Amino acid sequence: MMRLELVKRPQRSALFSALSPFIAFLLTIIAGAILFALLGVNPLNAFRIYFIEPISQIWQLHELAIKAAPLILIAVGLSVCYRANIWNIGAEGQFILGGIVGSMIPVLFPQFEGPLVLPLMLLLGMVGGAAYAAIPAFLKTRFGTNEILTSLMLVYVAQLFLDWLVRGPWRDPQGHGFPQTVQFNDSAILPELMPESGRANWGFVFALVAAVLIWILMSRMLKGFEVRVLGSSPRAGRFAGFGLNRMVFFAFLLSGALAGLAGISEVSGAIGQLQPVISPGYGFTAIIVAFLGRLNPLGIVAAGLVLALTYLGGEAVQSALGISDKVARVFQGMLLFFVLGCDTLIHYRIRLIGFAAPKLEAAPKLEEAR
Amino acid sequence: MSANHDGANLLEVRGLTKIFGTLTACDHVDLNIAKGEIHALLGENGAGKSTLVKMLFGSLEPNSGEIFWNGQAVRIANPGFAKKLGIGMVFQHFSLFEALTAAENIALSLDDGSPISTIAAKARALSYSYGLPLDPESLVGDLSVGERQRIEIIRCLLQTPQLIILDEPTSVLTPQEADKLFETLERLRSEGKSILYISHRLEEVKRICDRATVLRHGKVVGHCNPREQTAASLARMMVGNEVKAVVRAPADGIETAQPLLEIRALSRKPATPFSIPLKNINLTVRAGEVIGIAGVAGNGQGEFFETVSGEVLQQDAASVRIRGKDAGGLGITGRRLMGAAFVPEERLGHGAAPSMKLSENLLLSRHATDGKVFVGASGMVKSEAIYGAAQRIIKAMDVRKSAPDPEAAALSGGNLQKFIVGRELDRRPGVMVVNQPTWGVDAGAAAHIRQALIELARSGSAVLVISQDLDELFEISDSIAVMHNGELSKPLPIAQATFEKIGLLMGGAEPGHAEHILETA
Repeated sequence: MMRLELVKRPQRSALFSALSPFIAFLLTIIAGAILFALLGVNPLNAFRIYFIEPISQIWQLHELAIKAAPLILIAVGLSVCYRANIWNIGAEGQFILGGIVGSMIPVLFPQFEGPLVLPLMLLLGMVGGAAYAAIPAFLKTRFGTNEILTSLMLVYVAQLFLDWLVRGPWRDPQGHGFPQTVQFNDSAILPELMPESGRANWGFVFALVAAVLIWILMSRMLKGFEVRVLGSSPRAGRFAGFGLNRMVFFAFLLSGALAGLAGISEVSGAIGQLQPVISPGYGFTAIIVAFLGRLNPLGIVAAGLVLALTYLGGEAVQSALGISDKVARVFQGMLLFFVLGCDTLIHYRIRLIGFAAPKLEAAPKLEEAR
Repeated sequence: MSANHDGANLLEVRGLTKIFGTLTACDHVDLNIAKGEIHALLGENGAGKSTLVKMLFGSLEPNSGEIFWNGQAVRIANPGFAKKLGIGMVFQHFSLFEALTAAENIALSLDDGSPISTIAAKARALSYSYGLPLDPESLVGDLSVGERQRIEIIRCLLQTPQLIILDEPTSVLTPQEADKLFETLERLRSEGKSILYISHRLEEVKRICDRATVLRHGKVVGHCNPREQTAASLARMMVGNEVKAVVRAPADGIETAQPLLEIRALSRKPATPFSIPLKNINLTVRAGEVIGIAGVAGNGQGEFFETVSGEVLQQDAASVRIRGKDAGGLGITGRRLMGAAFVPEERLGHGAAPSMKLSENLLLSRHATDGKVFVGASGMVKSEAIYGAAQRIIKAMDVRKSAPDPEAAALSGGNLQKFIVGRELDRRPGVMVVNQPTWGVDAGAAAHIRQALIELARSGSAVLVISQDLDELFEISDSIAVMHNGELSKPLPIAQATFEKIGLLMGGAEPGHAEHILETA
């Protein structure tokens, strides 16, 4: 008889900490191959269409960057929250509020043009996202409410508020009644990085810069240490003199500001105006990105690109093979599942044990069974 | 093997070995426990005592070796099977659910489906008959270490085991309570039960144990009759060399020295329904002296430590004064900046963050006081500086570890404690407040820590030590005060203090009236 045994490692393994996402990706591919085979599709062909074709041309890489940018930007902010053991689930709402507040300038003052417009919009977007995130932070610190519930519920408030704005007070009078604002003027549009080859805009650069800055914050700075201590052992954090309430505000304001920046970047970059819906669920998908990236900002960059690719691949297999684009969700789910599973290897190693020793304790059990 | 099986031995262990990675925690350990004996297991921290008993209790599986129970070879695969055999265990680190009551915790391990109320009644009766009073309805989260241990003992006794393993059981009891526990143990022995008694208190081992097995670095270094040994000879077997006795130089002229820590009329309302309110506590610790606070666990020491450290603020800023300045309104960082240093009771999760490296744990208490050294102007941590300082402390305190800069949780309790105490000593603080400096720490390390605390005081600092270990307090203190039910007695100068006087105060004789009680007693 053989069995597997998990043996606790004396220290967490740096090797498996790095390898775990790759093993998970490999397992996802294997499980995906089985899935495609069961659907009656040649797995190799399907994988080519899913993972290779969507990024085989330069313009497609731009599309990948457009999808990855908000995911990365939001996820690095969320990683700070989650490391602090603070559960901001409402990034989607903070994203929307960032989009709304940042759009105030081009919508309410369409005549205002010049180089100041865009920086002001981005700043307002961050302020909007942060202010919206301050609500659950305040409720948690003042009344002890559960931030998971409050931040999540505020997402729906934000969605409906945006819907009301673009159908009501902010609707474009010349828009033939369509629920949308005016098209932003040129100085309110986030420029494309390399217009000659594709649509990717500065949002992707913001995402990379944010990832590097947050990485420095978390791994090199006292503030990051404070986040990690309070997240992993709050009482030791209090002993260190770190305030939990201050940390709740810090984490919410930071992640809210980054989600808000993602929101206004999306609105002024990829969309160019406000619509009833400005996000295909980036704020929620970013939660998967954060965990897939091991709550490490640099890992999150990779994870953001992978999840952006699963979106593009889902669309590709739908059009090429007639498979539902829900397959993208399946891939995202499998990835998260395998990553969380492989994380076990960081703290444990697997040992295969074969034994033939008499199992004395088994005997009474058998007798009881009879 | 048959020659050994004459029926007298309840438990026999032959060549038991457990290997963790590169470390052989137990190396061919042999152990015999006869029926109706109290058998001591001695050894320094990291000697393999815990690993050995975990294998006996089925929480760890040996790599090789044999265990015989009543002459029968057994493989103890899990604690459930150990309990079925008749092995009960009282852990040093308790395995209790904080959100449940004492009775619910007991019910969980009994696993026989009897209603909680029956269990509570049984537990209450048993606890009073063994002199370990316990309210089965109280939440474990609100109980002190000492009270939690009582739950463990009661829980174990309720299962009427044949072999009871006790890991450092008296470290949280008053001398009188410990006496009662010894009576209990002797009664159990007379009932034919066997006890495996793990302790580092050698006097106690000499007093109640029939035989002893001594472990060092995972190997058995000797079996002996502790009654024929001296404490010093036992310590020598454990440590492998002579344990230096703690030397307390006389503290002259303390009465006139500058007060560095003053507690004035400090009161605190209970934070939870089960915590102890502090009532009008007054205490002055002067430069150069060590004051000890004795008391049974759960009499307000934890609450007192929190108010002195600044983890909890006071309304009246003058109720805590550090180096002549009001500190009651300042948090722990503010008080550290005034020159105070603190070592809490719990190591993992309070004094240190378990998943963080030692160098990072250094930063935990010193990021503000040594801000210039460890943290750059832009808020960047100087990792080389904290690594260097951590290595300095590791060297100064002789912290034993498996990696250059391991996670705190990877260290044994005693070694982590040496690091945590060393972290504060390294600052040369003017005021040092320590709660349970050597709980569960082996003799060699404890002597080291105690000596370091005395030397800190003699170099001009004020040292306040809260401890349940009376031997320790008598070894290091210049005077001893007793905390009982949230009140603090007047400090008794060490020359006048006796075990009996302090023990009576710990048991609830009115604070400040020790002489009177003794006269009538």
